[in-house]
Amino acid sequence: MAKEKAPKGIKGWAQGRSLWMLHFCTGCGAIEMPPTMTSRYDMERFGITPMATPRQADLLLITGYLTVKTLKRVVRSYEQMPDPKYVIGFGSCTVNGGMYWDSYNTIKRLDLYIPVDLYIAGCMPRPEAIIDSFTELIKGIKEGRFDGWIRYRENIEFYKRNQAMVMDIRKWSLDTELAERIWNEVQEERKKRFERATVPHVYELAERIPEGLPK
Amino acid sequence: MNAIGIQIGWIIFMPILVIIMGLLYLGAARKITARVHNRYGPPIYQNIIDVIKLFSKKRATNHGVMFSLGPIMAFSGLLISLMFIPIGNKALLSFNGDIIVLLYLLVIAPLGMALGVGEGANPMGTIGIARALTLMLGYEVVLVISALSVMLYTGSASFMKIIEAQSGGVGHWFLWPLFLSALAMDMALQGVLGEKPFDQPIAPHEIASGPMVEFGGKYLGLLQLYHAVAIVVETGIMVNLFLGGGTLFWWFVKSFTVFFIALLINAVMPRFRIGQAFKFFWTYPAAISLLGLILVAILK
Repeated sequence: MAKEKAPKGIKGWAQGRSLWMLHFCTGCGAIEMPPTMTSRYDMERFGITPMATPRQADLLLITGYLTVKTLKRVVRSYEQMPDPKYVIGFGSCTVNGGMYWDSYNTIKRLDLYIPVDLYIAGCMPRPEAIIDSFTELIKGIKEGRFDGWIRYRENIEFYKRNQAMVMDIRKWSLDTELAERIWNEVQEERKKRFERATVPHVYELAERIPEGLPK
Repeated sequence: MNAIGIQIGWIIFMPILVIIMGLLYLGAARKITARVHNRYGPPIYQNIIDVIKLFSKKRATNHGVMFSLGPIMAFSGLLISLMFIPIGNKALLSFNGDIIVLLYLLVIAPLGMALGVGEGANPMGTIGIARALTLMLGYEVVLVISALSVMLYTGSASFMKIIEAQSGGVGHWFLWPLFLSALAMDMALQGVLGEKPFDQPIAPHEIASGPMVEFGGKYLGLLQLYHAVAIVVETGIMVNLFLGGGTLFWWFVKSFTVFFIALLINAVMPRFRIGQAFKFFWTYPAAISLLGLILVAILK
C-alpha cells in the first residue's frame, strides 16, 4: 500500500484556508481565545471558525494543562476527527508541564499521547502568538509539511502504549483488539515492576482516603 | 426538439447557478455579520473553499445506509422544489397549483434530514430535529396563510401568473396592496431561513450544531450545498409572491435584499427558546397574516 501523503495543490490550499477548530478548553488558555475570535484580532479572516463537534473539525487546540482524566476525552475527540487533522499544543503546560511540572495528575508532554503539529510557547501566549501560529499552520499545510494524523496511524503502538500507561484504553479505542493487547502488556509490565519495588510508583486515590469514611 | 433541448439545458444549468449563488450568499452573510460586529471577516468566497475542503476529505464517519441517504434525500428534495420556483421569469416546471405543490415539497427536506440524523443516534441531533420540526409547525401556518391571501387576490395558484399580474414596475408589486401578508411572510421567513431569533435547531453553543452533529467530511459538504440552495429557494418564494420576480439579475438582487434584512436581524439578536419561538409564530405573525387574508377576502 502506498504511503499516504499530506494534501497538496488545490486540496492543500482549501484545507489550509478553511480550518475548522475544536478548542478543547482544558486550562487557562481558554481565556485567550475570545479576543482571538472577536473584533480585536478576528481569526475568521483566515477562514478559521470554531466548530462544536469533533466530526466537523480539522484542528484540535489543546489550551493548557491536561489532567489524566481530560486526556482520555482529548484522545477520544482526536480519534473522532476526520483526516486530515492537525493539533496545536498551547502554552508551556503542553510542552513540558509548565508550572505543573511536578503535579501528580497532569501529563507533562502532550506529544507522547497524540501527535502535535505545532507548539505555542508561553504562559499564556498572547493572541498575537496564536495568530502567528495559525498563519504558520496555514503556510505549512499548503506546502504539505504537517502530517500528524499519518504519524499517529503509523506509530499507533507507540501512542497507544503511552496512553495505556496513564488510563484505560480498552473500551473506546477505534482498534479494540490492539487496545486490548497493549493494555494487557502494560499491565504485565506494571505487575513485574510492583513486585520489585518497595514503594509503589502509582498512588491510587483510594489509598489516600482514611478507613472508616464512606466511599 | 430544440425547445426540449433548451429546457434540459436550463434544468442542468439552474441548480449549478443556484448552488454558486447560494454559497456566495453564505459568504456574504459571514462578511456582513463580521462588519456588523466590527470585524474584518472572511473573503466572500470562503464557503466555496469550505465545500472544496469538505469534499476532499478522505474519511467520513458513516453510521449506516440511512445516514448517507438522509442528506441525499434532503438535497434532492430541495432541488425538485427549485424546479417549481421561477428564477428570472423562467419556470422549469409550471402549472396551475404549483405553489401548493411547492409548499408540500419544502417539507421533504427536513424529513430527509430527520431520517439521516435518526440513524446517527446522537441525542443532540435528535433534539435538533425535534426543534426543527416544531419550528416548522410554527412558521408553516403563517407561510401558508400569506401565500393563500396572494392566491385569493389574483385568483390563481401559479407562480408565473402571479408574476405576470405584478409586471409593470415597482408600483405593481403585491408588496403594497398586500402589505400585511408580506410583513407576516417576512417574519416567517426569519424562521424558515433559521436566522437568529429562530436558530434553535442549529444552536452551536447549546446542542453542538444539532442535526449536523454526526455529519462530517463529504456528508457535511452535501449539507452545506443544501443550506446554500435552501436560502435561494426560501427567499425566492418571497420574491416571486410579493416583489414581482424580474430578470435573472434583478431576481437575485431582490432575493439577496430579502436575505440581507434577515441577516441584519440575525447579527444583533439573541436566541429564543423553542417554546417562545413557537408561541411567537402563532400569535403576532399568524394574527397579521390572518388579518391580511380577511382584508383581501372583504375588499376583493
